[in-house]
Amino acid sequence: MSAAIPELKQFDEAELDRVFTGLEAEVAAQARTLTGGESVETFRLEWLGRKQGRLGQLSAAWLKSAPVEAKRSLGVRFNRLKAQIESLLTENVEAGGTGDPAQVLDVSLPGSAPRIGAEHPLVKTMAEVVGVFQRMGYSVGLGPEVETDFYNFEALNFPPNHPARDTQDTLVIADQEQKPLRERLLMRTHTSPVQIRSMLEQAPPLRLVIPGKVHRNDAADATHSPVFHQVEGLCVDTRITFSDLKGTLDHAMKALFGSAVKTRFFPSFFPFTEPSADVQISCIFCGGKGCRKCKHSGWIELLGCGMVDPAVFEAVNQRREQMGREPVYDTRKISGFAFGMGVDRIAMMKYGISDIGLLYSGDIRFLEQFS
Amino acid sequence: MNILTHWLRSYLPGLRVDDRQLAEDLTLRGIAVEGEFAASCGGALYEMDITTNRVDAMNHYGVAREAAAIYGLRLEPLALTAPLVESRPGTGFPVRIEAEDLCGRFTARVIRGVKIGASSGVIAEYFAALGQKQILAPVDVTNFAWMAMGHPTHVFDLDKVEGGIVVRRARAGERLRLLDGSEKTLTGDDLVVADEVKALALAGVMGGWDSRVTEETKNILVEAAWFDPAAIRSSSRRHGLHTDASHRFERGADFNAAPLANHLVTRLVVEQSGGEVEGPLVDVQVQAMAARTAERPAIRLELSEVRRMLGQTAGGQATVGEASEEGITEEIVARYLTALGCVLTRRGEGEYGVKLPSWRLDLEREIDLIEEVARVYGYNRFANTLPVFEGAVRELPHAGQEAAVRQTLRALGYTEAISSTFVSAEEAEAFRSAALAGGVEGAVAMGNPLSAEAGMLRPSLAPGMATMLAHNLHRDVSEARLFELGTVFAGSTVEVSERMGLALGATGPARTSASLYNPEDALFYEVKGAIEALLAKFEGAQPAASVRFDATGLPGWIEPGRGARVWFHGEQIGVFGELSAAQLQARKLRQPCVVASVDAQRLLACPLRQPVIAELSRFQAVERDFSFVFPDAVTWAAIDAALRGVAAQGPSPAREAAELRSLRPVEIFRDVRGKAVPLGSYSLLLRVVFQSMERTLAEQEIALWTEWVVAQLKGLGGVQRA
Repeated sequence: MSAAIPELKQFDEAELDRVFTGLEAEVAAQARTLTGGESVETFRLEWLGRKQGRLGQLSAAWLKSAPVEAKRSLGVRFNRLKAQIESLLTENVEAGGTGDPAQVLDVSLPGSAPRIGAEHPLVKTMAEVVGVFQRMGYSVGLGPEVETDFYNFEALNFPPNHPARDTQDTLVIADQEQKPLRERLLMRTHTSPVQIRSMLEQAPPLRLVIPGKVHRNDAADATHSPVFHQVEGLCVDTRITFSDLKGTLDHAMKALFGSAVKTRFFPSFFPFTEPSADVQISCIFCGGKGCRKCKHSGWIELLGCGMVDPAVFEAVNQRREQMGREPVYDTRKISGFAFGMGVDRIAMMKYGISDIGLLYSGDIRFLEQFS
Repeated sequence: MNILTHWLRSYLPGLRVDDRQLAEDLTLRGIAVEGEFAASCGGALYEMDITTNRVDAMNHYGVAREAAAIYGLRLEPLALTAPLVESRPGTGFPVRIEAEDLCGRFTARVIRGVKIGASSGVIAEYFAALGQKQILAPVDVTNFAWMAMGHPTHVFDLDKVEGGIVVRRARAGERLRLLDGSEKTLTGDDLVVADEVKALALAGVMGGWDSRVTEETKNILVEAAWFDPAAIRSSSRRHGLHTDASHRFERGADFNAAPLANHLVTRLVVEQSGGEVEGPLVDVQVQAMAARTAERPAIRLELSEVRRMLGQTAGGQATVGEASEEGITEEIVARYLTALGCVLTRRGEGEYGVKLPSWRLDLEREIDLIEEVARVYGYNRFANTLPVFEGAVRELPHAGQEAAVRQTLRALGYTEAISSTFVSAEEAEAFRSAALAGGVEGAVAMGNPLSAEAGMLRPSLAPGMATMLAHNLHRDVSEARLFELGTVFAGSTVEVSERMGLALGATGPARTSASLYNPEDALFYEVKGAIEALLAKFEGAQPAASVRFDATGLPGWIEPGRGARVWFHGEQIGVFGELSAAQLQARKLRQPCVVASVDAQRLLACPLRQPVIAELSRFQAVERDFSFVFPDAVTWAAIDAALRGVAAQGPSPAREAAELRSLRPVEIFRDVRGKAVPLGSYSLLLRVVFQSMERTLAEQEIALWTEWVVAQLKGLGGVQRA
């Protein structure tokens, strides 16, 4: 195994440089051929082996014959060569050069983890919206999904012939024809009845955020589902104004969609609010420049709102008196605003969902994208 | 409805803004321009979307009135610049209103000697731009007047009218052929415009065939009237006729527009078809109707109310003189309401009497006027303010529990899903459970179900869960873990009881690998584990004795012997198991599905467990395995009870139960051939951990414990394996 000792003609610096450069090159070349395991050990033995190691042989041969003044210089060069060999050995060992190949991990295999369930996009969106209003001092209110005509329509100032009362829009419970209109049971068509229920139970001031499921007799298509979700809000107190409504919703939209979002209010019509407004936010995708998602308008319509119609307060007062409670919603002293938004629409926009039906399908492939 | 800006501008000579700006300004005032296109007559064609309460604005003059109010412009009078010349003397056409409760106003005028041809001039030009079909000039004129001012009018062939006009209720069974060619049989509730002999037209809905204007018509009678909204609505519904005229009359037409519309039509007919106007305009009015519409008493408006409702306006960007941080001023109120046609009379400091315009029947109350001020002023010119609040925020009583349930189930691998609220009658019957519905029996039927499969309100979330699992399996997704938290319904159509339900669903290979279970049983135990983990979040689930599983009394939707009822604090809180063969077959499923139904209402009412930390032992734990063969009749519950229940009476009275720290089955083996383990028996590998709080257990102490455990297990009929 041991190779010949290279000839060292004299001990001057130039000759030492030539010989050691040659040795270093040989070490480097050998190291490049190493294939791990045994070859690394062979390499170590050849150079650093206690008995047959070439380094030992060279130092024995040269150090002995070297003149005193050259010994120091020779020693420095031996140390440098030894350090080079050791560092090459370390590199090869760390690269997995040694060890049992059967125990070597294929780190490119996928890791394993227990599967964690995903949050439903509607539940998540609803919680986000509710959270924004909770931080603004709103308490959460809930109400039943099966309502009476009184809470769903009458108290909310829907006149008896309003189109929304038509059976085409409202899913009704069977066998209601014998009951007086206001007691007939139906699936609530909006979360607004909870406004009435809350005002019957509580005196102002009132700040409520009301998430919930609602139903309409709509044919299902990509953007319509007979089942959908809303978040309703109600704020009633003395001195609540239209500018408060604007400020509250502007703040909430910024909290939900980012501080760069702008809001825009349009006149609209709802039986239970006056003045009524539709609210648009500047497109969250293009920032208002216009894109496909906002139909190149720069704006996205997101919610309906308005000042609570005095007729609603009057209906509440009337019912409160029937219940033996104070008619505390004095329309000359108390005012308020209400707002409502479709959770499905927000979730669909936010996550790019093109078919509302996916939200109610239980399809794992769809839902697990939210984990 | 479509609007031509060219036409619009003819009423607003002072309008300087371009069509794009006009569209935006109108839209921001609720007169929404949804689309804007180039019009052949010049200018733009607007596609409008106007809320149903604003029928007055669904025409060119109505939109022009809005623009005039927004920009403070003068509005031209309605195309009446050329005065009508009564070239033929006359006394006016005889008109009699018999049904005074249904017809409030009727105007009539005669034109003689017309020559009927096609329309020309501005009518032809605008009709082309709007894509409106031309018929005959006098008919086009009535359509033009409709689009100009939104008041329906009608032209009769005067020579078909026998005697004077009578507005009366139809006679029951009276027949009338209408302009669309249909023949209607009328009832006593229909209102007709008739002559002395026969009905001529279905009032406010559609003209009659026999009295229509044709190319041969020589003499014309122009009608413009006002009919009662309710009467027209019922007539229109009864005969299935929804026309422009009925649309307007049933929402309330302008009482004072009738004579104007008649003037407009008469003048344009003469312009288009020649002829001479005969005699004065006949205008018969019912005073009681006028009082309900055009002559409504003035309503009170207080500036303080306007300001109380609307709050602060934004300073700066508003027109000079209007801007005010303090809100709407008296000047703004007066200016905009006047521009909209209201007549304001100052009654005192900051108080007005407001007489309402005849065309705005939607305005009735002070709040309606406040809305009008805000609307025309511009919603976006109000400030964004935040109200002060002096109340407390209240959490829902069970918000924490609900969040814990969701979080726990997600951590266990269950994805939340939402299914339909409705189930079929068969499902309602198979899945309803009074025990899980607070003791309420029955299910609730829908009156107008979405489909036959959705005829009932869901009494449980289990059928919806089965449907969702099937949805996945049918789409080649063979593994799913789902949960749903939602409302379930019980009771009857008289009284509906709602409560919170919870369902878990699992299908596909078990995710936990344990040698304890048969592969085909592992999914059941995985769901059981999820239920145990869920209950463990609540107070009282420790000691384990308060949670109990029992295999009796299973509902039919669970395969016999493959499910369990869940008891918590002595009350049934849920049931779960593999879907029965019939349920699988009904859903065309071949792979087992485990479904759980939990009465979440009861669960969420329990307080969440408040952890109380046990002291930790500093001493060595010793693990010992025991391998026994037991007869099948010996359940784990019996073994667990024997060891844990009486652990306090261990090998020596001095030993504390705490020394037997844990106890769990590690492996269960059954040999179907009965060789390694006899048939009717199973082998159990049991792992027990001993640990003391006080000291390291000595060898002899462990030996005593081991002997004791062996004795207990033998006492149960167990045979120790070598």
